[in-house]
Amino acid sequence: MREFAYNRATSVAEAAKLFANGGEAALLAGGHTLIPAIKSRLRMPDAIVDLNGIPGLDGITVAGDRLWVGALARHAAVADSAVVKGAIPSLAALVGMIGDPQVRNRGTIGGSVANNDPAADYPAALLALDAVVETSTGSHAADDYFQGMFATALADGEIVTRVGFRVPQAGAYAKFRNPASRYAVVGVFVAKFAEGHRVAVTGAGPGVFRWAAAEAALDAGGSLDGINPDADGLNTDIHASAEFRAHLCGVMLKRAVADLG
Amino acid sequence: MQTILTINGERRGLDIEPATLLVDLLRDQLHLTGTHIGCDTSQCGACNVLVDGVAMKSCTLLAVQLDGRAITTIEGVADGEILHPMQAAFKAHHGLQCGFCTPGMVVAGLEIVRRHGHDLSRETISHELEGNLCRCTGYQNIVSAIQAGAKAMEHA
Repeated sequence: MREFAYNRATSVAEAAKLFANGGEAALLAGGHTLIPAIKSRLRMPDAIVDLNGIPGLDGITVAGDRLWVGALARHAAVADSAVVKGAIPSLAALVGMIGDPQVRNRGTIGGSVANNDPAADYPAALLALDAVVETSTGSHAADDYFQGMFATALADGEIVTRVGFRVPQAGAYAKFRNPASRYAVVGVFVAKFAEGHRVAVTGAGPGVFRWAAAEAALDAGGSLDGINPDADGLNTDIHASAEFRAHLCGVMLKRAVADLG
Repeated sequence: MQTILTINGERRGLDIEPATLLVDLLRDQLHLTGTHIGCDTSQCGACNVLVDGVAMKSCTLLAVQLDGRAITTIEGVADGEILHPMQAAFKAHHGLQCGFCTPGMVVAGLEIVRRHGHDLSRETISHELEGNLCRCTGYQNIVSAIQAGAKAMEHA
């Protein structure tokens, strides 16, 4: 790989300082997107700031109506957490579907959320569960945070510290997986709150999005037929056409609703 | 960059370029070539090693990140010439053909035992092997090998 400097941060403040030290820097958490991106030269950082040595960033707690997950919490820890399973079992189930066991032993929520891959699982959970993304400099509501393919509300050098999910009355995630990468071809997260449903779709479009027609149909208790999103604007690639993805949205929605209980 | 790693039980001080992947350190610098590079895109599991006992893909870790930690490669799984029960089970159940994926499969087998214990259903093993690709066997014998190896480890 192309050479870079390597710095280990021991606090969020130090990480922010190291990031600003000049040249193009990259923040390293689990590295399961960043390292492949460096290998393929999609990213060519001059310096890496390793966040893994920062203490206290991997906690999982419930406070009030929110479940808080620290940015460095590994997927395996979240999927297996009794706290997560107790508060939002559908979130534990979603995280257990990310990648494979070895990937889950290393990948982190902070990395996934900061990267915002259009086929990642976590963004669907954040958006459907009305999450708050807390960072080194402030916080963002999920509705404003995700801004399309690999784009977020994060400023350059802003570091995700924890994510707060609102605990729903019920939730479920259904995912049609790419069999090799395990990324979502289409994934649909349905969350039921006292004031209504929130439905988020990942994998189908250029970025995670809320599906208003599905939310309205669920709130009204109406039919889920004939509401599939328009294929225009959805992704076409070697794995699936936009038309197939639009169809899968409907199938995954119904599977998630069936799991909602 | 000066880095201290415990490799297969031996504590070593190493000078490592920051851009060195763990798998390249193991193979090129330490000549531990049992860990294989299959896809190099975090999908196939041929490069699985244990980091402090937990299975990870060594093609997607920087070696310098692991300062102070213990790495176990396939070379550290056997006790000298005596195969680990998981390795012996792969031999007994014909859990390999060309053998390229086997080091990663054995490490994955150890990870499954760590997470799920010694009494494993075929369904559990198949599900847990989703991060390991084999192009020869059709997986049936690998699943049998891990099931038997897990049992054998209980009494080893």
